[in-house]
Amino acid sequence: MTVESTAARKPRRSAGTKSAASASTTGTKSAASRSAGAAAKKSPGATGGEPELVQLLTPEGKRVKDATYDRYVADITPEELRGLYRDMVLSRRFDAEATSLQRQGELGLWASMLGQEAAQIGSGRATRADDYVFPTYREHGVAWCRGVDPTNLLGMFRGVNNGGWDPNGNNFHLYTIVIGSQTLHATGYAMGVAKDGADSAVIAYFGDGASSQGDVMEAFNFGAVYNAPVVFFCQNNQWAISEPTERQMRVPLYQRAQGFGFPGVRVDGNDVLACLAVTKWALERARNGEGPTLLEAYTYRMGAHTTSDDPTKYRADEEREAWEAKDPILRLRAYLEGANHADEGFFAELEAESEALGKRVRDVVRAMPDPDNFAIFENVYADGHALVDEERAQFAAYQASFADAGEGK
Amino acid sequence: MTIEKMALAKAINESLRTALEADPKVLIMGEDVGKLGGVFRVTDGLQKDFGEERVIDTPLAESGIVGTAIGLALRGYRPVVEIQFDGFVFPAYDQIVTQLAKMHARALGKIKLPVVVRIPYGGGIGAVEHHSESPEALFAHVAGLKVVSPSNAGDAYWMMQQAIQSDDPVIFFEPKRRYWDKAEVDKDAIPGPLHGVRVAREGSDLTLAAYGPMVKVCLEAAAAAQEEGKSIEVLDLRSMSPIDFDSIQASVEKTRRLVVVHEAPVFLGTGAEIAARITERCFYHLEAPVLRVGGYHAPYPPARLEEEYLPGLDRVLDAVDRSLAY
Ligand SMILES: Cc1ncc(C[n+]2csc(CCOP(=O)(O)OP(=O)(O)O)c2C)c(N)n1
Ligand SMILES: [Mg+2]
Repeated sequence: MTVESTAARKPRRSAGTKSAASASTTGTKSAASRSAGAAAKKSPGATGGEPELVQLLTPEGKRVKDATYDRYVADITPEELRGLYRDMVLSRRFDAEATSLQRQGELGLWASMLGQEAAQIGSGRATRADDYVFPTYREHGVAWCRGVDPTNLLGMFRGVNNGGWDPNGNNFHLYTIVIGSQTLHATGYAMGVAKDGADSAVIAYFGDGASSQGDVMEAFNFGAVYNAPVVFFCQNNQWAISEPTERQMRVPLYQRAQGFGFPGVRVDGNDVLACLAVTKWALERARNGEGPTLLEAYTYRMGAHTTSDDPTKYRADEEREAWEAKDPILRLRAYLEGANHADEGFFAELEAESEALGKRVRDVVRAMPDPDNFAIFENVYADGHALVDEERAQFAAYQASFADAGEGK
Repeated sequence: MTIEKMALAKAINESLRTALEADPKVLIMGEDVGKLGGVFRVTDGLQKDFGEERVIDTPLAESGIVGTAIGLALRGYRPVVEIQFDGFVFPAYDQIVTQLAKMHARALGKIKLPVVVRIPYGGGIGAVEHHSESPEALFAHVAGLKVVSPSNAGDAYWMMQQAIQSDDPVIFFEPKRRYWDKAEVDKDAIPGPLHGVRVAREGSDLTLAAYGPMVKVCLEAAAAAQEEGKSIEVLDLRSMSPIDFDSIQASVEKTRRLVVVHEAPVFLGTGAEIAARITERCFYHLEAPVLRVGGYHAPYPPARLEEEYLPGLDRVLDAVDRSLAY
């Protein structure tokens, strides 16, 4: 297959999903979207009033109908809903544990995902085992959904490795720190999936700040030109370190997709059901040969950018407080309780499970050994390299000289 | 009194402030340089005092930052742009190499691009990957760029003044692990030339040449060697392009031995160029081959291994011993 044939890949399925796509780009606005619309104030220059936003659960935990996306969660069972809740609680717990491990000096740095659980769990649970995920450095919840052992995420933050897991083990690529790069890798991977004639899909995560990078816009364009089965999933958490979204964009991000020729949708990023639904829709489009989709999960970075950051330098507490009222976990809990989908026992058990997870993470991290010094020279090349061999030997001789000196004394 | 002790980061901050006050065409641009004052607080307070028109929080796009700085320079401004960390300059590498470096020559000298690209660089702070790199050779290799790195607060203040005044693009590497080191800054001093070597310590048995973060290590090594009766001269090179070979030559003709130290990988690094040139110039003076101490031909390792990767006191002294043993 040639690259051209990827571009020519024909939609495989009915127009049904297509109409979902066009509905979302032509501005159909559900009643639900209005209640959260005020949150859009940070995106100036939106054409024609408030941007639409897909929402299935209100901040109060009320289920609202959405003609376009309901079908993607129509048959969700109470057990699955409890599963989403559990995922969010446990990944939040893991995240909190990592933050405190950093405070205790066990990690050099941590980038907390606090507040972004719904966006990550909703989208992560929408993926299939054969799909491939390209994360930034903050997708701990997505990693959780992919079955990556959470303690594996901590190696690079502890400084014992620069990655630490086999990307092909869970089809979850390494974290990428250079902002935006991975969106191109995801697009290329998706081009490969299409060439292979597989019906897997690829999802690329990135941030609102990342949307300014040339790489990201190039990824959009490659995705569009080759009709690649890729979903661009932006977590618009309102901040790129100290810069608010006004510094990155003048139209709501999801609207940018239109200019590249594929649909873009803004979803309530604190609504796990809505995130699950829109991501399922977008992945299905990809599988059906309908090309890329841009999803903008509208959410909030509740914590500091990383443990090195001091957000009091640049943002007000009131903003955070306003977002606290939209907490993704409380929202689903209210819904579960209201619908009698979960009882006391469930929450108590989860609490215990959460404590156990925290303890396991602590224990594993504290026992995580420093790498062997010679790891410096490992895996620099797949086929070896004479200079690396020479420097490794010099290094060995140098190290040995200390041992000899020690023995001599 | 105009002599004041301050941290290296603060000295650059003061230097930027002086430049903003002196010339309305000077602009500061970069990610998080405004309200936050940069992740290292090097631009702290500047937006507050000079406004958003002059201290500009840019979109998160390094190619965009340098590319628009070129445009602003074409329009008569003198942008000082910040790249947040060494590892993030590469999206801008195209603009720097293909445009910033060459435009003056292409325009037959009719246009000048007085752009300063500030890059906090080097390791030793226990960071995650892409936050500890030393890519200076990748820039020094490009004609049209000038590449400098101060080692202390006093030099940082003056070298930034001179870099901003330069009509050529200057890549200004800031030794991030020395940001908090304090030294005297004399704002009334008459500074030496931007690209000149500074003799940081005089000695007669061997010359250690370094720049940026490694000058301190070399001074410590010289002090340790002194206790063993060895007299080491330490040169703070300050500039990787151009390199003040005359001063290095003068030192080597005296000491007859040279060891070059940098954090960057040894292979094709600044030290390689110095070794070659000094061998050409001082062949009959040298008692030993020019030795180099630096990083390995391997990706910068995870933080828990950086002590092993970075040249420290022991590795420098080991090279000193090897040189003296010839
Ligand atoms: C190319 C590049 N430039 C700068 C940085 C430094 N940096 C790390 S995170 C960040 C902000 C990212 O913001 P956003 O994309 O919104 O993601 P978030 O951190 O909010 O999840 C910056 C500027 C980087 N990692 N890579
Ligand atoms: Mg963000």
